[in-house]
Amino acid sequence: MKYLDEYRDPAIARALVEKIRARVTRPWVLMEICGGQTHTLMRYGIDELVAPGVDLVHGPGCPVCVTALETVDKALAIAARPEVTFASYGDMLRVPGSHSDLFRVKAAGGDVRIVYSPMDALKLARAMPDRKVVFFAVGFETTAPANAMAVWQAHREGLTNFSVLVSHVLVPPAIRLLLQSPSNRVQGFIAPGHVCTVVGYREYEELAREFRVPIVVGGFEPLDLLEAILMLVSQLEDGRAEAENQYVRSVAREGNVAARRTMEQVFEVADRKWRGIGEIAQSGYRLRPEFEAHDAEKIFNVAGVSAEEPPECISALVLQGLKKPTDCTAFGERCTPDTPMGAPMVSGEGACAAYYAYRRHERDLVGLH
Amino acid sequence: MLLGHGSGGRLSAELVRDVFLPALGNAVLGALEDQATLEVAAGRVAFTTDSFVVKPLFFRGGDIGSLAVHGTINDLAVGGADPLFLSAAFILEEGVPLDTVRRVAQSMGEAAAAAGVRIVTADTKVVEKGKGDGLFVNTAGIGVVRPGVTLSAANARVGDRVILSGYIGDHGIAILAEREGLEFDNPIGSDSAPLHTLTRAMLDASGGIRAMRDPTRGGLASTLNEIAAQSGVTIEIDERAIPVREAVRGACEMLGLDPLHVANEGKLVAIVAPESAEVALAAMRGHSRGAEARIIGTVTGTARKMVLMRTSFGTTRIVDMLAGEQLPRIC
Repeated sequence: MKYLDEYRDPAIARALVEKIRARVTRPWVLMEICGGQTHTLMRYGIDELVAPGVDLVHGPGCPVCVTALETVDKALAIAARPEVTFASYGDMLRVPGSHSDLFRVKAAGGDVRIVYSPMDALKLARAMPDRKVVFFAVGFETTAPANAMAVWQAHREGLTNFSVLVSHVLVPPAIRLLLQSPSNRVQGFIAPGHVCTVVGYREYEELAREFRVPIVVGGFEPLDLLEAILMLVSQLEDGRAEAENQYVRSVAREGNVAARRTMEQVFEVADRKWRGIGEIAQSGYRLRPEFEAHDAEKIFNVAGVSAEEPPECISALVLQGLKKPTDCTAFGERCTPDTPMGAPMVSGEGACAAYYAYRRHERDLVGLH
Repeated sequence: MLLGHGSGGRLSAELVRDVFLPALGNAVLGALEDQATLEVAAGRVAFTTDSFVVKPLFFRGGDIGSLAVHGTINDLAVGGADPLFLSAAFILEEGVPLDTVRRVAQSMGEAAAAAGVRIVTADTKVVEKGKGDGLFVNTAGIGVVRPGVTLSAANARVGDRVILSGYIGDHGIAILAEREGLEFDNPIGSDSAPLHTLTRAMLDASGGIRAMRDPTRGGLASTLNEIAAQSGVTIEIDERAIPVREAVRGACEMLGLDPLHVANEGKLVAIVAPESAEVALAAMRGHSRGAEARIIGTVTGTARKMVLMRTSFGTTRIVDMLAGEQLPRIC
């Protein structure tokens, strides 16, 4: 398959691993930001291949995982309403709220639909003028342009029955928070390749300068990640701290200008609460006031919903890369993909789910290979 | 379809006479008794039941009718049984076009005839519009187990080889593509097919077959996990040995699905004693439904009940059962 097989070539992978080993003179701690990157690392065992010279910790790049608990509860409240058709990406359906999840709301009679794109939700709104269609607009910067376009089109068409429940989060404020924390161990970052495809990597240049930490924009295939790791290790060994781009086939420094323009028209930056982390200033998007007719939070009056997270769940520490999923007392026992306590276990992109799927045998640590 | 078609009166009789008998026709069914009375060879009888609710009803490579016949045959075949007789019960929704029912019945009749089995007893019910999703089929199947053969998912032992009969993921992706209106340059069709002549060839060739299963819902991963759990063993498979069509791989990549979890309807996986593996493999490859058969792994231990996979990079990861529905990913 084009653009995939080349980036999964085992011979090239071996060569990259050798180069990494040759460069490393002391152990380095690196973090990959995006959940999709975490999954690739786990699936191909790349973290094993680069150990012990490189220790990979997994960052908060799972938008499903970091969606605030009260936002999930708001979604459940809206979806349960008889006049609402609630449209969402598939992986949000399993995310646990305080007492329920969208699958259960669907089973109880709520009109919950899985869609592949916000445009599908827009089509539903056009086809069913007497239903209130609400789209769960979750994601990092990656999914924001499409969501912005959906709102913009709805506004232009006067589609008053279409609204979005916005829960966008931005990556750079999260990295900044990590770097400011006194317990931070991370010495280099693999920046999320598809976020940067949209917004470019200027902000990461600023972060690299301000905190003197190397950042490499990485792709999602195993060779992308190995190459990004090699680039980070080279910078660290040389004492450099710059932003570099490994994912050149997809990312340009300025990103996608048209997408950014649409996002700026529809969204404005706002403070946002991250599940397991808490509120981070200026770390999310909300709809601009001129689009409030399509803002589900205002239309359905759910602003007052608040929630508390279960005490045993350490997703806060996992999402910040301070603990591994296997460090959690509930992992694999009370917390499994079927009975998740926190979102990193639910979402396919979550660190806990990745560990559960690919590595849970390590918890009891008997040599299997 | 009208509610009256399910009421047992004249409309029902007409439906049987005009639609089901011509399509499924055989002497036993045609006798129109409340039960089928059958001669079965002395020995062990294998008995299975299944229900089919697939949407859409018609898809590339098959339909709910042929799927029902093949699926039932295969559940018997992987138990070492020769399938003989099937039942078919239909639950139809008021308003479903008669032509749809006719096409499904015809397809079942053809599939059964091609496979050399007979549908000997049937039933029809009609539910009110809105109370049933078009058409559901329930089947049961009877076969006679070959003397001396006891296949079981609990039989796997350390050293046994794992053999897969061909490409995985075709059926699930074909259905998903049709349902979601996804179009591919190389359209994918369901692999729905009866496997009883393949299993017969395998059992003729080798006495070392411990177990066979058809990896339907939940895919190869779930089936291997079931065997690992029932036998109390670790199964290790090799990623590079598992055949997946390019088009299926492409569809899975796009949707964030794992081919190991996608349903198959014309494939089987066999656990075979190591000394018999080559013979079994040759028998499979000599059959049209096993032409792409491969040895994909080995039963390696009893310390843990799990399925592991050696990746193309030489590292090892767990292959898990599907947890709930496979959900296409957000990003």
